[in-house]
Amino acid sequence: MKLNLKIWRQEGPEAKGKMVDYPLDGVDGDMSFLEMMDILNEKLINEGETPVEFDHDCREGICGSCNMMINGEPHGPQKLTTTCQLHMRKFKDGDTITVEPWRAKAFPVIKDLIVDRSAFDRIQQAGGYISVNTSGNTQDANSIPIEKSKADEAFWSATCIGCGACVAACKNASAMLFTSAKISQFALLPQGEVEATDRVRNMVRQMDEEGFGNCTNTGACMVECPKGIKLDNIARMNREYLKAETVA
Amino acid sequence: MAVLDSKVPKGPLAEKWNTHKNTINLVNPANKRNIDVIVVGTGLAGSSAAATLGELGYNVKTFCYNDSPRRAHSIAAQGGINASKNYQGDGDSNFRLFYDTIKGGDYRSREANVHRLAEVSSNIIDQCVAQGVPFAREYGGLLDNRSFGGVLVSRTFYAAGQTGQQLLLGAYSSLNRQINRGKVQPFNRHEMLDLVVVDGKARGIIARNLVTGEIERHGAHAVVIASGGYGNVFFLSTNAMGSNVMAAWRTHRRGAYFANPCYTQIHPTCIPVSGEHQSKLTLMSESLRNDGRIWVPKKLEDAEAIRAGKKRGVDLPEEDRDYYLERRYPAFGNLVPRDVASRAAKERCDAGYGVNKTGNAVYLDFAASFLRYGKVEALTHGHKNATEEEMIALGKKVIEKKYGNLFDMYRNITDENPYEVPMKIFPAVHYTMGGLWVDYNLQTTIPGCFAAGEANFSDHGANRLGASALMQGLADGYFVLPYTIGDYLSNEIRTGEISTDTPEFDQAEQDTRDRIDRLMKASGKHSVDYYHKKLGLIMWNKCGMSRNATDLQKAMDEIKELREDFWANVRVTGNPNTKNQELEKAGRVADFLELGELFAKDALTRNESCGGHFREEYQTEDGEALRDDENFAFVSAWEYNENPRDAKLHKEELVFENVELKTRSYK
Repeated sequence: MKLNLKIWRQEGPEAKGKMVDYPLDGVDGDMSFLEMMDILNEKLINEGETPVEFDHDCREGICGSCNMMINGEPHGPQKLTTTCQLHMRKFKDGDTITVEPWRAKAFPVIKDLIVDRSAFDRIQQAGGYISVNTSGNTQDANSIPIEKSKADEAFWSATCIGCGACVAACKNASAMLFTSAKISQFALLPQGEVEATDRVRNMVRQMDEEGFGNCTNTGACMVECPKGIKLDNIARMNREYLKAETVA
Repeated sequence: MAVLDSKVPKGPLAEKWNTHKNTINLVNPANKRNIDVIVVGTGLAGSSAAATLGELGYNVKTFCYNDSPRRAHSIAAQGGINASKNYQGDGDSNFRLFYDTIKGGDYRSREANVHRLAEVSSNIIDQCVAQGVPFAREYGGLLDNRSFGGVLVSRTFYAAGQTGQQLLLGAYSSLNRQINRGKVQPFNRHEMLDLVVVDGKARGIIARNLVTGEIERHGAHAVVIASGGYGNVFFLSTNAMGSNVMAAWRTHRRGAYFANPCYTQIHPTCIPVSGEHQSKLTLMSESLRNDGRIWVPKKLEDAEAIRAGKKRGVDLPEEDRDYYLERRYPAFGNLVPRDVASRAAKERCDAGYGVNKTGNAVYLDFAASFLRYGKVEALTHGHKNATEEEMIALGKKVIEKKYGNLFDMYRNITDENPYEVPMKIFPAVHYTMGGLWVDYNLQTTIPGCFAAGEANFSDHGANRLGASALMQGLADGYFVLPYTIGDYLSNEIRTGEISTDTPEFDQAEQDTRDRIDRLMKASGKHSVDYYHKKLGLIMWNKCGMSRNATDLQKAMDEIKELREDFWANVRVTGNPNTKNQELEKAGRVADFLELGELFAKDALTRNESCGGHFREEYQTEDGEALRDDENFAFVSAWEYNENPRDAKLHKEELVFENVELKTRSYK
């Protein structure tokens, strides 16, 4: 099929960016969206132009690197799917497709479609862990039975891939779905209890400092999340936060 | 040819590790604060090592090419992690895990290392649970297990089909805790371009800031290479697009021996190639072989009709199906080790029984499991007279809970619904057992330079068993390296800070700049991918699932020619002083073009078949691998030469005191 791509090009963090048109022929339905981008880039290189830079790595939907705003939706039109797992059979011959980077104050553009998501790392560093040293002397893994439904729920919260689609989807550029997923994982497990108060306070503080907005319960984050992380996590984080503040 | 000293401690096998820990030198806590360690790579091995070294008090710098440590490719590991906990009471033990791993590796790994791996395996599970890793549990609240290939017990712990993700996020959380304490300094979007050796010791690295293009110097008392494997030398593999051999290869160039490069794991269950545009291959976890049955049509005419689209596999009656693994290997059936399963698939497809357009695919069928699980599910929910249809529907839900993410991924990629029709799968390059040669302390042949995880060659011999990569990565990072490195660092407490203002750093930086300059100034005929794809084809066709002397010799010549063409004619767009993904790729492909030739040379030198290395000249009458223990029970460790064909071979003889070398049989 033949496509008309409109892609955001920006040379560097300080440079002014713009949308550029790229017609592309010979796209096959079995290609992934990123393989389509590979073909465009190969064409650009052969024509002596600079290829479009974009983050990508595992191409299996799990590393969380890829992050394209496709036709105004994070990761494109298919629900529960990362950009790398989106296939061209979802598009039609003659389609116009716009491709932009995530847009958020806390995610500045580095180049073309690549943004700086280090704010996410800093939120995790502020408290997204259980303080246990590696010693080989921790207690036996089966010494604390955990209710299966709780363990499963903790797992589902822990499947967040940190791609940032929630922030890109949110009109407030809020990172509350991302932050709450980690807080929920630990809040649901007995191992997380000891540091619960400090964890929620520190992570929320860092989230605010990074310049992410607040949640106004629109739910766009959950709709666009490629891993289906649920809004319940935000409710649980708020509960944990209130609990921590009340204790204080 | 020098003799390599593996430094395996004396004493009975089961006591070696404890004795060693009790006798090696330690660094006192106050001195640790004055010692710097660089860790390159932040996957399971790198993150766990960096976090543990930070906990111990060392000053650590981590380097990764991704924008966050969490994106390392360990994240994509699906099936699980082995540990000899024996929670299932099915007779598992450290010895059994050790034995399975040695046998699975076709008797080409070091006994002492493998036993140590088995010993610490249980600690890994304890550690991860304490970190809040949400492993799958049974209704009673205890941890669940499943089986993997090549073993007769259930020792694999898992978190749905994304165990690697959960373990890596666990290690990442430990790493974050140390970053927050200031003990670990992360350098993300940085790539190691060279190792700096001063007076014979590793003293730091040259790295490129991938955002600004700046070339940086970093000094340290020790350098740990945990940069993963080199499967991408095949272009198409299940590795991430960025996975590369650069850090390991640069270390090799500076003097570290590279061991067993030809030992590559071709994983039997991957989604088949769909076309020219293919950029990577996707694994369908080995855990699926617990519940899926592998088959091809019995009759050639059925296979032909299926390929032509005139028949559907799902409609083929039971008696016309050949469950060839169950037929050839009744004891292990669909759970034979990966090398055996891959070769068997290739054998059937080469004989004309393949089931997709290209003829390179076999079926992985879940129909029987839907029914089996559905029956149990119906009974346990009080539904005593369920119809077959109802049972199948219930069974599908059970399978969805176990492997839902894999089934979704399959459907997304192939546009076929695996709940309705059998999956089509084919072997693909997945893991490399070879890597930097290390001794028992995980030290390379360069003092002060260590290697952990897939980047070293250590524990898997000629074939890795499923769910053992996660175990080895975390064993190295959490429980081995942080202690063994102390033995070396105890001699460094008086060294003081490592200056980067020395002739050796000057030289290494200059070499790096010259190399980038050469890449940028080449004539610009072909893109980097053009060369990478060509190399991949040579590797797959001549150094893939089966190899022979004539093709290997040809591969060496073709790779050499391609390498020369690359340096003369590659086109790298943009400029080196900004983010430049083409330049990043070019540097990596340049190293693959050297490694590929050494790979072929290694395969040519090893005149036997063992594990993933199958030489057509050395096979039994029924097509099984024919090992030659008399002449090849050694590790090949290669000393660098800029013409890889002239690399010098050093041998580490493998000594087996606790297991008897047998023909590996899964029949």
